[in-house]
Amino acid sequence: MTGAVAMTEEGALLFGSIEQLSERLWRGEISARELAEAHLRQIERIDGEIHAYLTVVAERALAQAEEADRRIARRRQEEGGAVDVRRLEPSERLVGIPWACKDVLCTEGVRTTCGSRMLEHFVPPYSATAVRRLDEAGAVMLGKVNMDEFAMGSSNENSAFGPTRNPWDLARVPGGSSGGSAAAVAAGEAVFSLGSDTGGSVRLPASYCGVVGLKPTYGAVSRYGLVAYASSLDQVGPIARSVRDCAIVFEAIAGPDPMDATSAPGPVPEVLPTLELGVKGVRLGIAPEYFGEGLSAPVREAVLGAVARLEREGATTVEVRMPHLEYALPVYYIISSSEASSNLARYDGVRYGLREPGDDVVAMFSRTRRAGFGDEVKRRIMLGTYALSTGYYDAFYVKAQKVRTLIRRDFEQAFERADVLVTPVSPSVAFRLGERVDDPLRMYLTDIYTLSVNLAGLPAVSVPCGFSPEGLPIGVQIIGPAFAEARVLQVARAVEAAVADQVAHRRPAVAVR
Amino acid sequence: MQDRPTLAESRSAREGLPPGWEVVIGLEIHVELATRSKVFCGCSTEFGAPPNTHVCPVCLGLPGSLPVLNEKAVEYAVRAGLALNCRVAELAKFDRKNYFYPDLPKAYQISQYDRPLCADGWLDVEVDGRTRRVGIIRVHLEEETGKLVHSTATIVGSRYSLVDYNRCGVPLIEIVTRPDMRTPEEARLFLEELRRVMLYLGISDVKMEEGSLRCDANVSLRRPGEQRLGTKTEVKNLNTFKAVERALRYEAWRQAAILEEGGVIRQETRAWDESSGTTILMRTKETVEDYRYFPEPDLPPVQLDPSWVDAIRRSLPELPAARRRRLEETYKLPAYDASVLCEHPALADFFEDVARRTGDPKAASNWVMSEVLRLLRAMGMEPADLAGRETWAAYLSEVLDLVRAGTVTATVGKEVLEESLRTGQPPSAIVRARGLEQVGDESQLVQWVRQAIAANPDAVASYRSGKEQAAGFLVGQVMKLSRGKANPKVVGELVRKELGPPGQG
Repeated sequence: MTGAVAMTEEGALLFGSIEQLSERLWRGEISARELAEAHLRQIERIDGEIHAYLTVVAERALAQAEEADRRIARRRQEEGGAVDVRRLEPSERLVGIPWACKDVLCTEGVRTTCGSRMLEHFVPPYSATAVRRLDEAGAVMLGKVNMDEFAMGSSNENSAFGPTRNPWDLARVPGGSSGGSAAAVAAGEAVFSLGSDTGGSVRLPASYCGVVGLKPTYGAVSRYGLVAYASSLDQVGPIARSVRDCAIVFEAIAGPDPMDATSAPGPVPEVLPTLELGVKGVRLGIAPEYFGEGLSAPVREAVLGAVARLEREGATTVEVRMPHLEYALPVYYIISSSEASSNLARYDGVRYGLREPGDDVVAMFSRTRRAGFGDEVKRRIMLGTYALSTGYYDAFYVKAQKVRTLIRRDFEQAFERADVLVTPVSPSVAFRLGERVDDPLRMYLTDIYTLSVNLAGLPAVSVPCGFSPEGLPIGVQIIGPAFAEARVLQVARAVEAAVADQVAHRRPAVAVR
Repeated sequence: MQDRPTLAESRSAREGLPPGWEVVIGLEIHVELATRSKVFCGCSTEFGAPPNTHVCPVCLGLPGSLPVLNEKAVEYAVRAGLALNCRVAELAKFDRKNYFYPDLPKAYQISQYDRPLCADGWLDVEVDGRTRRVGIIRVHLEEETGKLVHSTATIVGSRYSLVDYNRCGVPLIEIVTRPDMRTPEEARLFLEELRRVMLYLGISDVKMEEGSLRCDANVSLRRPGEQRLGTKTEVKNLNTFKAVERALRYEAWRQAAILEEGGVIRQETRAWDESSGTTILMRTKETVEDYRYFPEPDLPPVQLDPSWVDAIRRSLPELPAARRRRLEETYKLPAYDASVLCEHPALADFFEDVARRTGDPKAASNWVMSEVLRLLRAMGMEPADLAGRETWAAYLSEVLDLVRAGTVTATVGKEVLEESLRTGQPPSAIVRARGLEQVGDESQLVQWVRQAIAANPDAVASYRSGKEQAAGFLVGQVMKLSRGKANPKVVGELVRKELGPPGQG
């Protein structure tokens, strides 16, 4: 049998880094079509168990792959046969690279469900800016991946179309809300993916699935076409198997967008040139508030172990305080639910999406919304509607905004003494499916370490730093000041290198068996 | 009981105001801004396009779309605020007003809540020759909603409704006045003056019939001398200037009738019903919606650079009140003329152009007010269409010169002006080509006079019996025979000379 050899070659296609694959594509060793087909085969083979994909667009992907092949062929011809891969623009490295898109980003002509019955058959007439930029860069979109309904959740169990499972242990959740994005990348069903992060939705699943997830500074990546959950917190972020891949994708999608008034002006941020600079002299801020009650021992050990390794590489640690961190959870749920109650009001059955007819227009509105939204979405809409109501607005929304300012100030003060903050991503490793669905408060605590970053609008990356005794991945969170993506990725890259002996070689069994 | 007008009410509603009460009126006025594109996207704002053709993901509120503020709309709103003597905020922000309705695709309207662009202004309005100052509380910028088209004329009994989102996202300013008006007429005059200000600023079509100018009114009663305001009702659906006045008068009488019977006014919203001439209850305070305003997270606050605001202030045109005053003073026009001419800036411009060319402002005013406005109507045009028509001004002044010089009669002048405007031919060329010069030659005139006398024995008899007016009739007959070319003054003299003094013979 040729299984072993084929597996090796297939494995190289499925688990290669962007740069490895790009080099082979531009050298003509493989075609983008072959690469796309290998991924479609992997999806076919294992996604029944993982359920990362809600929609696979094989035909569209192969057409994009063939276009990528033509682009490469043209360029090879122009340069007389061989393209010097080192001279490629960073975004050109994405030509022919297969990726998966969280189903919360609008994709022209491809249905975009947001994991909700409400939008089960919604086909947007336009693409999100981040998606359009990847299209233009020549990347190959394989399909749309699963998520908690409207990005509300930490386990992917709130998807109307059934949960995604964690590739490392199919009985466990992949984290949420970008669970499909993280699981697909971990399982070799895509080279990278896009997710969205409102309170930890990129970082948590990245941590649970053993991949790298970047939540950029608020405004660094355009939100145009990202279906809104909480507008002042939402950010689009890349998920990949290495920090370097994450950095490449970030550069491709970041930068100002005239369609998003909250996108930051200025040039596209560069993060690749400083990626390998290491951590010599870098001050790592450790806040005891992130290491207190509730943090599980394996996570604590892995995170502090990573810190120790960085110290050996020349980093120093400094203790910083985050006195208002304990309020992050209530503040987050008041602000995000308030915004969500308004953002999700448009799903009324009039123009698109689900419609449940009623005797009059008000009946149609209520019946549609009753049938179209799941429990968690309804819970947050009610919470937000209440918080914004006359008589409660000052006590909840206004107060929450004030505390949000205090949390932001905590970070500012911390960054006067530290270059980055190093924290756990989540108190524990991936939990079992069904374990927390009946206890919303406990579910909300899953995001306790990530929420504050969104409240402050800061960049943060989740990077694998070890495994628990039962073999589940653990992530460490590197938080930086606004627009310091280069710095957090540089430190994350150092973590990746420092723990490579423990982490780099491991793959989920389901993906390689 | 409150909703059924008594006979006395409905009769009195057309006549005056309830005695013994002071009527207190405040207005909320919506003005659509005539920017080329919508306030948060690039779609066209053109009126009357086929349904749902001027739409995009943003104004349809599709999932994932985001608003981007049109700076021109901010500029227009600031122009309005400055013309209304408002203070312009240095920092303004947008808020979401949340409510469900099929014409509101995001289920919230982007509006301004506690930091409007402009606040604390006033506008003077002439009422019976006296100036009344009406305070402006605020001017804020918001987006238009779409439009429902019901299967029957009104929503009641409609089997279905269709929605047209073309209008959705057209920029709109809301102007809120203080409760400073005391009669329905004053409210109408204020609204008319406000409309002219918007026209002069060039920021809106302000057409009530197309909905680009809309007005809601708050009205309450109190005893004269009372300081406290009475409970108000809000009256909507005021689609014409006349409706504003009629509805407010009706509402004043309705409230007076309730109060005089010892009843209380409920705070409620009522709709003016043109066909019955009454207001109808729409909703009471208890059912008022909680709009759950909160800051719009998709739009950063708007910083208004004071020097930018100053530049707009300096670029404001002469406003209608100032222009009326100037026209009265500079051209020695009666107040009536000035107010007619200043109804539209293009009309006033046109008048000034003609007046300068002819040097006879009163003649220019008379002709513009009567002939030019009549011809515009006849040609299906509006005063706005006079903008840039210098040739027309030149033609009218030429006609005026011809009349003043006695080359043509006024009657012929009117005919020539019409032909000139319709064909584009200069008046003098028309006069020459058609031989329309006034006839002063007495032998020709005497011949026409004798012809008229011979053909109208009744009129002659009537003149002879002492009816002086009969001479006028005969002069008219001569003008007809001459096809307007006879000099009417000379003809009059000739008629009297031929017939002798009236009452003789």
